[in-house]
Amino acid sequence: MRKKIYLDYAATTPVDPRALKAMLPYFTEKFGNTMSLHSFGQEAKEALERSREAVANLMGAKPREIFFTGSATESNNTVLKGIALANKEKGRHIIISPIEHDCIAESSRFLETQGFEITRLPVDKFGLVDPADVKRAIKKETILVSVIHANNEIGTIEPIEEIGEVIKRKSEILNLKSKIYFHTDAAQSFGKIPIDVNKMNIDLLTASSHKIYGPKGAACLFIRQGIKIIPLLHGGGHESGLRSSTSNVPAIVGFAEACRICKKELGKESQRQSKMRDKLIKGVSKKIEDSHLNGHPQKRLPNNANFWFSFVEGESIIIQLDLLGVAASTGSACSSTKLEPSHVLLAIGLKPQEAHGSLRLSLGRWTKQSDIDYVLKVLPEVIRKLRAISPFKRK
Amino acid sequence: MSQIGPYTKKVMEHFKNPHNCGRMKNPDGVGKVGNVICGDVLWLYIKVGKNKKGREIIKDIKFETFGCVAALATSSVITDLAKGKTIEDALKISRQDIVKSLGGLPAIKLHCSVLAADALSEALYDYFVKNKREIPKELEDKHRTAEKAKKEIGERYEDWIELEEEMHKK
Repeated sequence: MRKKIYLDYAATTPVDPRALKAMLPYFTEKFGNTMSLHSFGQEAKEALERSREAVANLMGAKPREIFFTGSATESNNTVLKGIALANKEKGRHIIISPIEHDCIAESSRFLETQGFEITRLPVDKFGLVDPADVKRAIKKETILVSVIHANNEIGTIEPIEEIGEVIKRKSEILNLKSKIYFHTDAAQSFGKIPIDVNKMNIDLLTASSHKIYGPKGAACLFIRQGIKIIPLLHGGGHESGLRSSTSNVPAIVGFAEACRICKKELGKESQRQSKMRDKLIKGVSKKIEDSHLNGHPQKRLPNNANFWFSFVEGESIIIQLDLLGVAASTGSACSSTKLEPSHVLLAIGLKPQEAHGSLRLSLGRWTKQSDIDYVLKVLPEVIRKLRAISPFKRK
Repeated sequence: MSQIGPYTKKVMEHFKNPHNCGRMKNPDGVGKVGNVICGDVLWLYIKVGKNKKGREIIKDIKFETFGCVAALATSSVITDLAKGKTIEDALKISRQDIVKSLGGLPAIKLHCSVLAADALSEALYDYFVKNKREIPKELEDKHRTAEKAKKEIGERYEDWIELEEEMHKK
């Protein structure tokens, strides 16, 4: 049989059979609408509230601070637009990092067209935001700071706690009447590394189900008690009025079960994956000359490895790998719908031709040592083959 | 036509086993082109000979490409299309011919076929100039457009191109 090795867990994950098992009754027997007063509705409502608890538990939040949405993109849009609309009388200034996911970057661009001012912070060559830069960027009109917890492409983990601390202190110094809210997009980190919203000074947090072995179609937004957000979806008043839409109970139940599993296995699993990640990174740098690691060597997600290879293009790499049974991803312009290189790779200082040869390998719950060994066997040959065709070569 | 991912079987065949790839020693004409939007680069080398009727033909052709699956496949297929053709016929090869030979390309990759067609006309232009031939107007026009892109690509790949030129000297 042809080998099939999935190393694109950062894109999406398969549903854990345990999460699937938990979901199944909610499609057929327990199908009620959470807003219905009869027993069917109440059964679904109970499941929804139990799920809220499980999700809250994995980030040290209170259940009533968790709001379910349909996707991380929706959560991020809700934060940016909802906070902007609710606070536009106080100020119209928002600070983000240059390595946010497209849904934050594009929402920010939209807000610029609506008269909001966006400051994009610098990052260093590893993609790290310096809390001192956040401090400098804050002004009286600032209403929101949003910095991704761990980057989806290069895996760099940001100093969220320190940034939160800086925001608090600067607000005090400026003697602001209202708080500057701090949001972090934790779609890639939630369930993979420990998160405590209180300890880390987070006011708003985005998390997603399908990145942690839950189903697609469920995500959440943590909103610290007392923060007002104007909803994007008006209607029946679900999720305390923040997000009208019939609750997707099966998906939410699956998300919650995925959270319970992560809570139990996080420590062991992140250690196991980190070891394989390091083996992969070491192996690639040893076996392939002119290969370069993207992101921070230590402060990175346990499951993320990202490289760029001189003189070759990323889409060609991933299609070659796919032919050999390995699923991966790239930030090359050729694989983007906009024909532009990844804004994250450009932000960490890569030239377009360097970003052209990028490769992301992201590990997961079902990655085995032998998978890493196989990649280390076939990847050098793939790069060698493509370099033989390239006009650019090593001296 | 059966598809593999976004690509036709034909595209994948060329990608897996590209025809006429590699560097050519002492070519009669070289076409170096790049796409300023995506950043792909394609260098095409030709050797000109004569057929039995004494007409000039593309006797040999080779390519080197830094680019995606579509860029590699269009590079490979244009060498097939041009090899053995008279210069007159080679000048007529269009990007539509390239796309057709590949059984189609995804819309977003159509620009790769432009790159391949440009590379061939640039290689022929280079041959005409080197041999002090009169240059057909159409070729002159194409060259002028390609020249603009070349300047931008040249700046972008400055470091790597220097590296490549040094290697050529050896």
